[in-house]
Amino acid sequence: MQFLIYISAFVIPFVIFYIVLHGLMNKVNVYDVFIEGAKDGLKTVVGIMPTLIGLMVGVGVLRASGFLGFVSEWLGKVTGLVDLPAPLVPVILVRMFSSSAATGLVLDIFKTYGPDSVVGRMTSIMMSCTETIFYTMSVYYMAAKVKKTRWTLAGALVATFAGVVASILLV
Amino acid sequence: MLNYLWAFMMLIGIVYGAVTGNIEAVSNGILDSAVEAVTLCMKMLGIIAMWTGIMHIGEKSGLVDAAAKRLSPLIRFLFPNIPDRHPAKEHIATNMIANFLGLGWAATPAGLKAMESLKELDEERSGGKLSGIASDEMCTFLVINISSLQLIPVNMIAYRSQYGSVNPAAIVVPALIATTISTVAGIVFCKIKCRKNFHE
Repeated sequence: MQFLIYISAFVIPFVIFYIVLHGLMNKVNVYDVFIEGAKDGLKTVVGIMPTLIGLMVGVGVLRASGFLGFVSEWLGKVTGLVDLPAPLVPVILVRMFSSSAATGLVLDIFKTYGPDSVVGRMTSIMMSCTETIFYTMSVYYMAAKVKKTRWTLAGALVATFAGVVASILLV
Repeated sequence: MLNYLWAFMMLIGIVYGAVTGNIEAVSNGILDSAVEAVTLCMKMLGIIAMWTGIMHIGEKSGLVDAAAKRLSPLIRFLFPNIPDRHPAKEHIATNMIANFLGLGWAATPAGLKAMESLKELDEERSGGKLSGIASDEMCTFLVINISSLQLIPVNMIAYRSQYGSVNPAAIVVPALIATTISTVAGIVFCKIKCRKNFHE
Protein backbone atom coordinates (compact mmCIF):
# COMPACT_ATOMS: atom_id res chain seq x y z
CA MET A 1 0.00 0.00 0.00
CA GLN A 2 2.78 2.44 0.90
CA PHE A 3 4.37 1.94 -2.50
CA LEU A 4 1.06 2.51 -4.25
CA ILE A 5 0.60 5.77 -2.38
CA TYR A 6 4.12 6.77 -3.39
CA ILE A 7 3.61 6.24 -7.12
CA SER A 8 0.12 7.74 -6.94
CA ALA A 9 1.83 11.08 -6.30
CA PHE A 10 3.47 10.89 -9.73
CA VAL A 11 0.38 10.16 -11.80
CA ILE A 12 -1.31 13.58 -11.83
CA PRO A 13 1.84 15.65 -12.45
CA PHE A 14 2.94 13.21 -15.15
CA VAL A 15 -0.40 13.28 -16.97
CA ILE A 16 -0.47 17.09 -16.86
CA PHE A 17 3.14 17.29 -18.06
CA TYR A 18 2.42 14.98 -20.96
CA ILE A 19 -0.78 16.74 -22.05
CA VAL A 20 0.73 20.23 -21.90
CA LEU A 21 3.82 19.09 -23.79
CA HIS A 22 1.70 17.29 -26.39
CA GLY A 23 -0.40 20.44 -26.76
CA LEU A 24 2.67 22.64 -27.28
CA MET A 25 4.12 20.27 -29.86
CA ASN A 26 0.85 20.36 -31.78
CA LYS A 27 0.83 24.16 -31.70
CA VAL A 28 -2.20 24.46 -29.44
CA ASN A 29 -2.56 27.75 -27.53
CA VAL A 30 -2.40 25.75 -24.34
CA TYR A 31 -3.19 28.55 -21.92
CA ASP A 32 -6.19 29.87 -23.85
CA VAL A 33 -7.55 26.38 -24.31
CA PHE A 34 -7.01 25.64 -20.63
CA ILE A 35 -9.04 28.71 -19.67
CA GLU A 36 -11.82 27.68 -22.04
CA GLY A 37 -11.94 24.17 -20.56
CA ALA A 38 -11.77 25.44 -17.00
CA LYS A 39 -14.85 27.57 -17.70
CA ASP A 40 -16.71 24.41 -18.70
CA GLY A 41 -15.57 22.77 -15.49
CA LEU A 42 -16.98 25.64 -13.44
CA LYS A 43 -20.30 25.26 -15.21
CA THR A 44 -20.30 21.53 -14.48
CA VAL A 45 -19.75 22.07 -10.77
CA VAL A 46 -22.37 24.82 -10.54
CA GLY A 47 -24.72 22.49 -12.42
CA ILE A 48 -24.37 19.68 -9.87
CA MET A 49 -24.59 22.04 -6.88
CA PRO A 50 -28.39 21.80 -6.42
CA THR A 51 -28.21 18.00 -6.61
CA LEU A 52 -25.45 17.93 -4.05
CA ILE A 53 -27.31 20.25 -1.70
CA GLY A 54 -30.46 18.12 -1.96
CA LEU A 55 -28.71 14.83 -1.36
CA MET A 56 -26.35 16.01 1.33
CA VAL A 57 -29.34 17.34 3.24
CA GLY A 58 -31.03 13.96 2.71
CA VAL A 59 -28.07 12.03 4.07
CA GLY A 60 -27.58 14.66 6.78
CA VAL A 61 -31.14 14.05 8.00
CA LEU A 62 -30.58 10.29 8.05
CA ARG A 63 -27.31 10.71 9.95
CA ALA A 64 -28.58 13.26 12.48
CA SER A 65 -31.73 11.29 13.24
CA GLY A 66 -29.62 8.28 14.17
CA PHE A 67 -31.17 6.19 11.41
CA LEU A 68 -27.93 5.74 9.46
CA GLY A 69 -26.15 4.64 12.63
CA PHE A 70 -28.98 2.22 13.37
CA VAL A 71 -28.77 0.68 9.89
CA SER A 72 -24.96 0.46 10.00
CA GLU A 73 -25.03 -1.26 13.36
CA TRP A 74 -27.61 -3.73 12.11
CA LEU A 75 -25.75 -4.36 8.86
CA GLY A 76 -22.48 -4.66 10.76
CA LYS A 77 -23.71 -7.83 12.44
CA VAL A 78 -24.16 -9.46 9.04
CA THR A 79 -21.21 -7.98 7.18
CA GLY A 80 -18.80 -8.58 10.05
CA LEU A 81 -18.83 -12.21 8.95
CA VAL A 82 -17.19 -11.38 5.61
CA ASP A 83 -14.83 -8.56 6.61
CA LEU A 84 -16.94 -5.94 4.89
CA PRO A 85 -17.19 -2.70 6.89
CA ALA A 86 -20.86 -1.92 7.51
CA PRO A 87 -20.84 1.73 6.31
CA LEU A 88 -19.75 0.50 2.88
CA VAL A 89 -22.90 -1.58 2.30
CA PRO A 90 -25.37 1.28 1.74
CA VAL A 91 -22.85 2.95 -0.59
CA ILE A 92 -22.50 -0.20 -2.71
CA LEU A 93 -26.26 -0.64 -2.98
CA VAL A 94 -27.14 3.00 -3.66
CA ARG A 95 -24.25 3.32 -6.12
CA MET A 96 -26.04 0.97 -8.53
CA PHE A 97 -28.97 3.36 -8.81
CA SER A 98 -27.64 6.85 -8.36
CA SER A 99 -24.15 8.24 -8.41
CA SER A 100 -25.06 11.45 -6.65
CA ALA A 101 -26.97 9.74 -3.87
CA ALA A 102 -23.97 7.46 -3.32
CA THR A 103 -21.77 10.55 -3.20
CA GLY A 104 -23.91 11.86 -0.35
CA LEU A 105 -23.22 8.68 1.63
CA VAL A 106 -19.51 8.76 0.76
CA LEU A 107 -19.17 12.29 2.08
CA ASP A 108 -20.88 11.18 5.26
CA ILE A 109 -18.30 8.39 5.62
CA PHE A 110 -15.47 10.89 5.07
CA LYS A 111 -16.94 13.18 7.70
CA THR A 112 -17.56 10.44 10.24
CA TYR A 113 -14.51 8.22 9.80
CA GLY A 114 -12.12 10.44 7.79
CA PRO A 115 -11.01 9.93 4.16
CA ASP A 116 -7.74 8.31 5.26
CA SER A 117 -9.34 5.71 7.54
CA VAL A 118 -9.60 2.15 6.29
CA VAL A 119 -13.30 2.58 5.45
CA GLY A 120 -12.57 5.97 3.88
CA ARG A 121 -9.92 4.55 1.59
CA MET A 122 -12.04 1.53 0.65
CA THR A 123 -14.91 3.85 -0.23
CA SER A 124 -12.67 6.12 -2.29
CA ILE A 125 -11.36 3.21 -4.33
CA MET A 126 -14.73 1.56 -4.69
CA MET A 127 -16.42 4.71 -5.98
CA SER A 128 -13.62 5.04 -8.53
CA CYS A 129 -13.99 1.56 -9.96
CA THR A 130 -17.77 1.15 -10.23
CA GLU A 131 -20.53 2.86 -12.17
CA THR A 132 -24.23 3.52 -11.86
CA ILE A 133 -25.54 0.28 -13.38
CA PHE A 134 -29.26 0.96 -13.77
CA TYR A 135 -28.92 4.57 -14.84
CA THR A 136 -26.34 3.77 -17.53
CA MET A 137 -28.34 0.82 -18.80
CA SER A 138 -31.59 2.74 -19.07
CA VAL A 139 -30.05 5.75 -20.83
CA TYR A 140 -28.06 3.71 -23.35
CA TYR A 141 -30.69 1.12 -24.09
CA MET A 142 -33.30 3.79 -24.50
CA ALA A 143 -31.13 5.29 -27.26
CA ALA A 144 -31.01 1.92 -29.03
CA LYS A 145 -34.72 1.19 -28.39
CA VAL A 146 -33.78 -2.06 -26.70
CA LYS A 147 -36.22 -3.69 -24.29
CA LYS A 148 -34.59 -7.07 -23.69
CA THR A 149 -31.17 -6.47 -22.19
CA ARG A 150 -30.14 -10.15 -21.96
CA TRP A 151 -26.96 -10.63 -19.92
CA THR A 152 -25.98 -6.96 -19.55
CA LEU A 153 -27.10 -6.75 -15.93
CA ALA A 154 -25.38 -10.01 -15.00
CA GLY A 155 -22.13 -8.82 -16.58
CA ALA A 156 -22.37 -5.42 -14.92
CA LEU A 157 -22.91 -7.06 -11.54
CA VAL A 158 -19.92 -9.37 -12.07
CA ALA A 159 -17.71 -6.36 -12.87
CA THR A 160 -19.05 -4.38 -9.92
CA PHE A 161 -18.57 -7.29 -7.55
CA ALA A 162 -14.97 -7.73 -8.72
CA GLY A 163 -14.39 -4.01 -8.18
CA VAL A 164 -15.81 -4.08 -4.66
CA VAL A 165 -13.73 -7.11 -3.68
CA ALA A 166 -10.61 -5.49 -5.15
CA SER A 167 -11.27 -2.25 -3.21
CA ILE A 168 -11.49 -4.15 0.05
CA LEU A 169 -8.41 -6.28 -0.58
CA LEU A 170 -6.26 -3.36 -1.78
CA VAL A 171 -6.62 -1.32 1.41
CA MET B 1 -35.93 6.73 -9.08
CA LEU B 2 -34.26 9.53 -7.23
CA ASN B 3 -37.67 11.01 -6.44
CA TYR B 4 -38.53 8.09 -4.20
CA LEU B 5 -35.03 7.65 -2.83
CA TRP B 6 -34.77 11.29 -1.81
CA ALA B 7 -38.27 11.43 -0.38
CA PHE B 8 -37.52 8.23 1.54
CA MET B 9 -34.36 9.73 3.02
CA MET B 10 -36.09 12.93 4.12
CA LEU B 11 -39.27 11.35 5.48
CA ILE B 12 -37.69 8.39 7.23
CA GLY B 13 -35.00 10.60 8.73
CA ILE B 14 -37.48 13.11 10.13
CA VAL B 15 -39.84 10.46 11.48
CA TYR B 16 -37.01 8.40 12.99
CA GLY B 17 -35.52 11.54 14.51
CA ALA B 18 -38.84 12.55 16.04
CA VAL B 19 -39.46 9.08 17.49
CA THR B 20 -35.97 8.70 18.97
CA GLY B 21 -35.93 12.24 20.34
CA ASN B 22 -33.26 13.49 17.98
CA ILE B 23 -35.42 16.10 16.30
CA GLU B 24 -33.16 18.96 17.37
CA ALA B 25 -30.17 17.22 15.81
CA VAL B 26 -32.20 16.67 12.65
CA SER B 27 -33.06 20.35 12.51
CA ASN B 28 -29.41 21.33 12.82
CA GLY B 29 -28.41 18.56 10.42
CA ILE B 30 -30.62 19.98 7.68
CA LEU B 31 -29.11 23.46 7.96
CA ASP B 32 -25.52 22.29 8.37
CA SER B 33 -25.70 19.89 5.43
CA ALA B 34 -27.00 22.56 3.08
CA VAL B 35 -24.13 24.87 3.99
CA GLU B 36 -21.65 22.05 3.79
CA ALA B 37 -22.73 21.15 0.25
CA VAL B 38 -21.83 24.67 -0.85
CA THR B 39 -18.48 24.61 0.95
CA LEU B 40 -17.72 21.36 -0.81
CA CYS B 41 -18.62 22.84 -4.20
CA MET B 42 -16.21 25.72 -3.57
CA LYS B 43 -13.38 23.25 -3.19
CA MET B 44 -14.53 21.27 -6.21
CA LEU B 45 -14.71 24.37 -8.37
CA GLY B 46 -10.95 24.69 -8.18
CA ILE B 47 -10.00 21.05 -8.69
CA ILE B 48 -12.56 20.24 -11.39
CA ALA B 49 -11.95 23.45 -13.35
CA MET B 50 -8.20 22.76 -13.31
CA TRP B 51 -8.77 19.23 -14.58
CA THR B 52 -11.30 20.06 -17.31
CA GLY B 53 -8.91 22.80 -18.45
CA ILE B 54 -6.04 20.34 -18.78
CA MET B 55 -8.24 17.79 -20.51
CA HIS B 56 -9.46 20.41 -22.95
CA ILE B 57 -5.85 20.82 -24.06
CA GLY B 58 -5.71 17.06 -24.62
CA GLU B 59 -8.84 17.21 -26.74
CA LYS B 60 -7.63 20.17 -28.83
CA SER B 61 -4.17 18.75 -29.43
CA GLY B 62 -5.65 15.58 -30.88
CA LEU B 63 -4.49 13.41 -28.00
CA VAL B 64 -7.95 11.97 -27.46
CA ASP B 65 -8.39 11.10 -31.15
CA ALA B 66 -4.90 9.62 -31.36
CA ALA B 67 -5.56 7.48 -28.29
CA ALA B 68 -8.88 6.31 -29.75
CA LYS B 69 -7.07 5.19 -32.92
CA ARG B 70 -4.45 3.34 -30.94
CA LEU B 71 -7.24 1.46 -29.22
CA SER B 72 -8.36 -0.29 -32.41
CA PRO B 73 -6.61 -3.66 -31.76
CA LEU B 74 -8.38 -3.86 -28.42
CA ILE B 75 -11.71 -2.92 -30.00
CA ARG B 76 -11.20 -5.62 -32.60
CA PHE B 77 -10.55 -8.16 -29.83
CA LEU B 78 -13.64 -7.11 -27.87
CA PHE B 79 -15.97 -6.84 -30.86
CA PRO B 80 -14.76 -9.38 -33.43
CA ASN B 81 -18.09 -9.37 -35.27
CA ILE B 82 -18.28 -5.66 -36.05
CA PRO B 83 -17.00 -5.14 -39.60
CA ASP B 84 -13.85 -3.03 -39.97
CA ARG B 85 -14.41 0.69 -40.52
CA HIS B 86 -17.92 0.45 -39.15
CA PRO B 87 -18.73 3.77 -37.40
CA ALA B 88 -19.69 1.83 -34.26
CA LYS B 89 -16.03 1.01 -33.65
CA GLU B 90 -15.01 4.63 -33.81
CA HIS B 91 -17.73 5.74 -31.39
CA ILE B 92 -16.92 2.93 -28.98
CA ALA B 93 -13.24 3.90 -29.00
CA THR B 94 -14.03 7.57 -28.38
CA ASN B 95 -16.39 6.67 -25.56
CA MET B 96 -13.81 4.44 -23.86
CA ILE B 97 -11.01 6.99 -24.10
CA ALA B 98 -13.27 9.79 -22.89
CA ASN B 99 -14.35 7.67 -19.92
CA PHE B 100 -10.76 6.74 -19.21
CA LEU B 101 -9.72 10.39 -19.11
CA GLY B 102 -12.75 11.39 -17.05
CA LEU B 103 -14.33 13.44 -19.86
CA GLY B 104 -17.89 12.52 -18.91
CA TRP B 105 -19.47 15.15 -21.15
CA ALA B 106 -17.62 13.75 -24.17
CA ALA B 107 -18.16 10.13 -23.22
CA THR B 108 -21.95 10.11 -23.09
CA PRO B 109 -22.66 11.52 -26.59
CA ALA B 110 -20.09 9.12 -28.11
CA GLY B 111 -21.61 6.25 -26.16
CA LEU B 112 -25.12 7.06 -27.37
CA LYS B 113 -23.87 7.25 -30.95
CA ALA B 114 -22.15 3.89 -30.45
CA MET B 115 -25.43 2.35 -29.32
CA GLU B 116 -27.24 3.77 -32.33
CA SER B 117 -24.61 2.39 -34.73
CA LEU B 118 -24.84 -0.98 -33.00
CA LYS B 119 -28.60 -0.88 -33.43
CA GLU B 120 -28.17 -0.19 -37.16
CA LEU B 121 -25.69 -3.04 -37.39
CA ASP B 122 -28.19 -5.30 -35.70
CA GLU B 123 -30.92 -4.22 -38.12
CA GLU B 124 -28.66 -4.93 -41.11
CA ARG B 125 -28.05 -8.43 -39.78
CA SER B 126 -31.71 -9.20 -39.24
CA GLY B 127 -32.74 -7.68 -42.54
CA GLY B 128 -34.03 -4.25 -41.54
CA LYS B 129 -36.12 -5.32 -38.58
CA LEU B 130 -35.91 -3.60 -35.20
CA SER B 131 -35.61 -6.48 -32.78
CA GLY B 132 -35.64 -4.63 -29.46
CA ILE B 133 -33.23 -7.26 -28.13
CA ALA B 134 -29.70 -6.33 -27.07
CA SER B 135 -27.01 -7.73 -29.38
CA ASP B 136 -23.82 -9.34 -28.03
CA GLU B 137 -21.97 -6.15 -28.93
CA MET B 138 -24.41 -3.95 -27.02
CA CYS B 139 -24.13 -6.11 -23.92
CA THR B 140 -20.34 -6.16 -24.12
CA PHE B 141 -20.12 -2.42 -24.67
CA LEU B 142 -22.35 -1.62 -21.70
CA VAL B 143 -20.68 -4.09 -19.35
CA ILE B 144 -17.30 -2.52 -20.12
CA ASN B 145 -18.79 0.93 -19.77
CA ILE B 146 -20.29 0.11 -16.38
CA SER B 147 -17.08 -1.54 -15.18
CA SER B 148 -15.70 2.02 -15.28
CA LEU B 149 -12.30 2.63 -16.78
CA GLN B 150 -10.84 5.69 -15.16
CA LEU B 151 -7.30 7.01 -15.09
CA ILE B 152 -7.71 9.61 -12.37
CA PRO B 153 -10.81 9.80 -10.15
CA VAL B 154 -10.80 13.60 -9.90
CA ASN B 155 -14.10 13.93 -8.06
CA MET B 156 -13.00 11.50 -5.36
CA ILE B 157 -9.73 13.37 -4.93
CA ALA B 158 -11.64 16.64 -4.53
CA TYR B 159 -13.93 15.14 -1.88
CA ARG B 160 -11.01 13.62 -0.01
CA SER B 161 -9.18 16.89 -0.03
CA GLN B 162 -12.24 18.72 1.34
CA TYR B 163 -12.52 16.33 4.27
CA GLY B 164 -8.92 16.73 5.35
CA SER B 165 -7.13 13.83 3.73
CA VAL B 166 -3.36 14.07 4.28
CA ASN B 167 -2.79 12.74 0.78
CA PRO B 168 -5.94 13.01 -1.36
CA ALA B 169 -4.27 11.54 -4.46
CA ALA B 170 -3.03 8.46 -2.60
CA ILE B 171 -5.89 6.41 -4.01
CA VAL B 172 -4.97 6.96 -7.67
CA VAL B 173 -2.96 3.79 -8.23
CA PRO B 174 -5.06 1.47 -6.03
CA ALA B 175 -8.15 2.79 -7.83
CA LEU B 176 -6.51 2.14 -11.18
CA ILE B 177 -5.74 -1.44 -10.15
CA ALA B 178 -9.28 -1.97 -8.84
CA THR B 179 -10.87 -0.55 -11.97
CA THR B 180 -8.65 -2.77 -14.12
CA ILE B 181 -9.75 -5.79 -12.13
CA SER B 182 -13.44 -4.90 -12.48
CA THR B 183 -13.06 -4.27 -16.21
CA VAL B 184 -11.13 -7.50 -16.82
CA ALA B 185 -13.78 -9.43 -14.87
CA GLY B 186 -16.45 -7.83 -17.05
CA ILE B 187 -14.57 -8.66 -20.26
CA VAL B 188 -14.04 -12.28 -19.26
CA PHE B 189 -17.74 -12.60 -18.51
CA CYS B 190 -18.66 -11.09 -21.90
CA LYS B 191 -16.25 -13.36 -23.76
CA ILE B 192 -17.72 -16.46 -22.13
CA LYS B 193 -21.28 -15.33 -22.88
CA CYS B 194 -20.50 -14.43 -26.51
CA ARG B 195 -18.79 -17.74 -27.15
CA LYS B 196 -21.74 -19.65 -25.72
CA ASN B 197 -24.16 -17.85 -28.01
CA PHE B 198 -21.91 -18.45 -30.98
CA HIS B 199 -21.94 -22.21 -30.49
CA GLU B 200 -25.65 -22.48 -29.98
